[in-house]
Amino acid sequence: MAVQALDAATLPIDWQRLALPAVLIVVGYGLIPAYASSYLVEAILLPFLALSLAAVGLNLLTGYCGQLSLGSSAFMAVGAFAAYNFNLRIGGLPLPATMILAGISAAGIGVVFGLPSLRLRGFYLAVSTLAAQFFVQWALTKFGWFSNYNPSGVISAPHLTVAGFSLDGATGRYLLSVTTVIVLTGLVSRLVNSATGRNFIAVRDNETAARVIGVPVLRTKLLAFAISSFIIGVAGVLWAFTYLRTVEPAGFNLDRSFQILFIIIIGGLASIRGAFLGAAFIVVFPLVLSRLGAFLFGGLFDSGALDMSQRIVLGALIIIFLIAEPNGLSALFDRLKRRIGSRSS
Amino acid sequence: MIGASLGAAAYERAPEISALLAVTNPVGDRRPACLSLRPDAVLVLSGIGISFGGVTALSDVDLEVKSGEIRAVIGPNGAGKSSLINIISGLYHADHGKIAIDGQSFSRVPASRLAQLGVARTFQNLALFGGLSVRDNIASGRVHTRRASFVEHIASLPRARREDAAVAEKVDKTIAFLHLEAVADRLVATLPYGLQKRVELARALVAEPNVLLLDEPMAGMTATEKAEMAGFVRAARDRHGVTIILIEHDIGVVMGLSDRVAVLDYGRKIADGTPTEVRADPAVIRAYIGAAEGENGEGI
Repeated sequence: MAVQALDAATLPIDWQRLALPAVLIVVGYGLIPAYASSYLVEAILLPFLALSLAAVGLNLLTGYCGQLSLGSSAFMAVGAFAAYNFNLRIGGLPLPATMILAGISAAGIGVVFGLPSLRLRGFYLAVSTLAAQFFVQWALTKFGWFSNYNPSGVISAPHLTVAGFSLDGATGRYLLSVTTVIVLTGLVSRLVNSATGRNFIAVRDNETAARVIGVPVLRTKLLAFAISSFIIGVAGVLWAFTYLRTVEPAGFNLDRSFQILFIIIIGGLASIRGAFLGAAFIVVFPLVLSRLGAFLFGGLFDSGALDMSQRIVLGALIIIFLIAEPNGLSALFDRLKRRIGSRSS
Repeated sequence: MIGASLGAAAYERAPEISALLAVTNPVGDRRPACLSLRPDAVLVLSGIGISFGGVTALSDVDLEVKSGEIRAVIGPNGAGKSSLINIISGLYHADHGKIAIDGQSFSRVPASRLAQLGVARTFQNLALFGGLSVRDNIASGRVHTRRASFVEHIASLPRARREDAAVAEKVDKTIAFLHLEAVADRLVATLPYGLQKRVELARALVAEPNVLLLDEPMAGMTATEKAEMAGFVRAARDRHGVTIILIEHDIGVVMGLSDRVAVLDYGRKIADGTPTEVRADPAVIRAYIGAAEGENGEGI
């Protein structure tokens, strides 16, 4: 890698393309671990990273391949409980291997519940993916084995160590999370720009034409389900191990699936950046709103009414925003960038 | 050839005779034998029939297409032209009859293997991938040649890179052939209609098919665009030797462009021959040209 970087340095460099990743790496690995408060990390960054990754996974399936799914939360649950069990039952399994095996388990379940996509489309497919939601929650509650016979089905995160380093502290969990998200997002961004990614888009935009030119439609859809569920499964591991630390099957309910779907709709379908912008909006905005509400009206209303009115404000903002920019935050971002660009030139 | 001309003659003279022939020569026993007699036929349809919910769209249609010819299929609206192309491309399954592509006989053409069989098509209503650039839309036409898995693509392994390079080369050639350089990197959905039609032709041509099915490639175009498109279709045949089946409403374009013309009316083939023969055919004049002139007057 170092040699490549040197080679690149001697060539004319596309600074604009390198600027954003460079800033992200400095902020992500330098500033945040050094200066961020543990509140910022625990309450905002960890859920933001896990949900962003889940949204990247769902965006691959729904945004790029056009298969509507309401099963994301179930695939997160599969990832989390699989990781818990792999870690518990295979002694000395390294954490990265645990996460990969958890992702593969989620991918397997994803393919099974993706099978209806070969026959169903749109809303009908979304309804059939609800089956995953109910089935997984039921199985995890019904069979005590999954939670090592914990009476309430709760699993707790094991000690997180990679190559001898303990990652149990807030910063350690953050570093695990951010590294996982960067690696998987990098792989997904390569995938969507490859021939396989273009097959996804072809199936989404015109399935009949895709079939006639030789896109293996069935295989492509199942592949989308598999890869998407893998990523969502790993996001579930991050959610359970780095953010919540203890989690029960009911924590992965339909609300979470909807939340992830809203993230990609608000952020922008078929856009990786949109998954992050949408997750930031969904995670950060309610917190900002609640702080602001408490600050302005804290003495005047009781907290229940304040909480309810925050939800109303959030809902109204989403509606206004989607009318103004149906293609999501990502498109809004592009528009702003263009406007700034045209003003400065 | 004798059978074909005899049949055509019979169709010309009297519809009753053709009906009689269909009864006395049941489909399937003699016609496959004809296949082997015509080694230059790349596509042979025999006795094709299909109906939708009791409405017959096609009945007992025979069509034989020689290698390297531009074969037009014309007929008034609802004559069954698009059904015919959908049957050849496997999107519809015929109730009766057989389709032989390059000597392989099917009663149902497998649509997912169409590209491997050397058949490419365009659609009457555009069927492009709106979220992809012009270049990527065209590149998708070579998807049937790709073998590399998604892992190889992500890791950029040699086979994936080799395939990408091979596809890019063909795509560049096709873009140059159809003069699409100026718009190559635009999102296809942002192009005007006439250009989108051309991109669809490019996506079909880049597959280097033996047989190209064009479903109303000039529908909705201006006269200039039509002439341009006709030029591209002819050039595709002349330079690459593609056999072309052309479904078209605009009879003027068809007559100038095609080597042989089959005429459908109410799901039956009423005439088949060179443009001159077809134009002089009283059945065609009665069934199609009279009606079509009226329709063209209305701007269809």
